[in-house]
Amino acid sequence: MNSQSEERKVRLGLLLSNIRLEEKLLIQEAQRRPDVELTLVDSREIVLDLQNERSLDVLLDRDISQSRAMHALQLFQNSGVKTINSYEAVRVGGDKLLTSKALHDAGIHTPRVRVAFTPESALSAIEEMGYPVVLKPVDGSWGRLMAKIENRIAAEAILEHKSHLSSYFHSVFYLQEWIQKPGRDIRAFVIEGETICAAYRVSDHWLTNAARGGRAMECAVTPELHQLCVRAARAVSGECLAIDLMETSNGFTVHEVNCAMEFKESLKAVKADIPARIIDYCIKAARAAQHQKEYQHV
Amino acid sequence: MSAECPECGSKVELPEDAVENEILECALCGVELEVISLSPPTLELAPEEKEDWGE
Repeated sequence: MNSQSEERKVRLGLLLSNIRLEEKLLIQEAQRRPDVELTLVDSREIVLDLQNERSLDVLLDRDISQSRAMHALQLFQNSGVKTINSYEAVRVGGDKLLTSKALHDAGIHTPRVRVAFTPESALSAIEEMGYPVVLKPVDGSWGRLMAKIENRIAAEAILEHKSHLSSYFHSVFYLQEWIQKPGRDIRAFVIEGETICAAYRVSDHWLTNAARGGRAMECAVTPELHQLCVRAARAVSGECLAIDLMETSNGFTVHEVNCAMEFKESLKAVKADIPARIIDYCIKAARAAQHQKEYQHV
Repeated sequence: MSAECPECGSKVELPEDAVENEILECALCGVELEVISLSPPTLELAPEEKEDWGE
């Protein structure tokens, strides 16, 4: 390989800590590409300063820790590294309230939400919304610490318990309208403005997250689903993410976006090669970043 | 390639394409393990789930 082609290699970083099946597939995919120079950026080991390094063209966020990812992405992005997703997208996608607001502002059908900051005001909001209602942590994932509240007695007990949890963020009471779904919801994958595939997440439990045992079945990407997911991705400025939707009698409602999305369960059901499509996009974005930097130095 | 489970002491087979920091599960006791080293193959208990973990 001559120095010219060596110089044109794409310098791809993977921000991660624990390596799950998703990260392993992405690493293997990147290692198969002759034009990729892969660097694993372990968030447990890095020390960043305000200038931090610029030796990457693209940094793909696959960190299981959302707070580490958000701060690291901000510093890498500010130093000129293209990050996927952007710090702004991860900040919005990692916060259910900001996500709801972004979807609502974009005119996308999303469940009705109320936010309150004390158990008393949360109880008033619940009574106004009506039962059942879903209480979620604003920054949670995998269905963790979510509660379906069916009556006032349960509401009082759960709110009291939440107010005694150590993190103040449990006192941000994010209340979401209960949606009666048909034993499943939908996870759709959007990469660079295209809904590449979707899978139903089927469960007898009201929580259909794969982390809670939801099983994947292929879901056809209709033009309606494609357009809605692309709009949802655009609403949070996401380039490479998963959109979670529920089916209602009035069509789809989008309830979540996931920036460092998991896909091992979906891979069992869909035909698309999700890790290959992600790496394809990283290479394309890296080439664009390289060209932009070259142009700036002309 | 195998290593000892630090929880139950059983032998855990590592996949041929194992990488450092990969998360595995002990088939005997079910605990999650992290590959700390490939040479020699070494496992530690995987970090416990934190509140900000997710996708």
